[in-house]
Amino acid sequence: MNKVTTVEEAFSHIKDNDTIMVGGFLMCGSPEYLIHTFLDHPAKGLTIVNNDMGEYGSSLTPLLASGRVTDLICTWIVRNPAAQAMYKANPKCLHINPQGTLTERIRAGGFGIAAFYTPTGVGTIIEDGKDTRWFNGRKYIMETALRANVAFIHANVADESGNIFMKGSSKNYNAAMATAADYVIVEAEEIVPVGDIDPELVTVSGIYVNAVVPIPKQD
Amino acid sequence: MDNKNIIARRVAQMLHDGEVVNLGVGVPQLVANWLPEGVELIVHAENGIIGAGGYAPEGEGTPNVVDAGGQMVTVKPGAQFIISTDSFGAIRGGHIDVTILGAYQVDEKGNLANWCLPNKMGGIGGAMDLVSGAKQVVLAMEHTQKGNPKIVDHCTYPLTGVGVVDVIVTEMGFMRITPEGIVLEEINPAYTVEQVQAATGAKLIIPENLKAMDVID
Repeated sequence: MNKVTTVEEAFSHIKDNDTIMVGGFLMCGSPEYLIHTFLDHPAKGLTIVNNDMGEYGSSLTPLLASGRVTDLICTWIVRNPAAQAMYKANPKCLHINPQGTLTERIRAGGFGIAAFYTPTGVGTIIEDGKDTRWFNGRKYIMETALRANVAFIHANVADESGNIFMKGSSKNYNAAMATAADYVIVEAEEIVPVGDIDPELVTVSGIYVNAVVPIPKQD
Repeated sequence: MDNKNIIARRVAQMLHDGEVVNLGVGVPQLVANWLPEGVELIVHAENGIIGAGGYAPEGEGTPNVVDAGGQMVTVKPGAQFIISTDSFGAIRGGHIDVTILGAYQVDEKGNLANWCLPNKMGGIGGAMDLVSGAKQVVLAMEHTQKGNPKIVDHCTYPLTGVGVVDVIVTEMGFMRITPEGIVLEEINPAYTVEQVQAATGAKLIIPENLKAMDVID
């Protein structure tokens, strides 16, 4: 099945009040073309899931400043002034997670695990209001799975069926998020025919992917 | 030598060849410059590298290979790029030997506060996972913040972890957290015990065999 489509068609699946997972770690592996194009989309009341909400030059900054985003699920917002402003205006908009907890919640969401126990954050504000349990003499916090309506994923190379190769440290959150959303949109620097990516080099299988969008070449 | 390099050099002396180490931003990053001869570390960058090298030389880096601070880095022979879930699995699973980080406050119970100042939101990032999962937690930090003690009897800032800190290295000395309290094992000869105690908000335990910290000019 050929999943290559236009960004307009892919974005037609996004609606008000959706939760959107955005891959990347700071600018590395950030799906900047999708985020930038999404600035013109009408959907509002959105929840964004992203490690760090990007940096000053990231397209997440104008998206957060647009007023269309109500909630941030993340680990760190030091470099995004728009996220800082949202927090100052309404601290409840920020749902801060330890990084290993956020990434594991996403994996759980994608792989059918409802919840899990982690030792991270015991004795800190992260434990507040959560179930805890002792295993082998150590206390653990129960954390729940996280899923989204839509995921924005960056790929260095995608094939027409959605198999993805991600270079270097750009895999980061992109790999898990691609499994944890109802509609997964991949932006690709290069799109190749099915079979052109060596199976040994497929970072994420196309079975998780719904749409592949080419990043326009810059002249 | 400035305080930051005094600290980084002493931390480097406690590391062993082949250890898997995560280096936080700031002073911990300087540790790699002071490793003793024959000590090669496997540097874990929590955003997705096991076996990271130093900062990439000008013009040679790629935006696809960065460290947890977003800086372009090189990788060493034998490195692996990993996804975030595996990176934090390695941390929680106890596969990181030493994590070296800074602190806003640390107390005599080994409680650490290093992610959030009152009325200011930065974020947790990987800190809570690292202090909870690494085998050894080493703080590499200046002894005071604008003259105020960072080593206290009881942390007042939001905690990163409870009872997690093993070692504190500052420009004044080398300290170890024990069930009895904070033991000053080594002192920088440039200071007296009284000066170190005066800069510390917790009662230090001074052992009979207090050693001089190895400091070069």
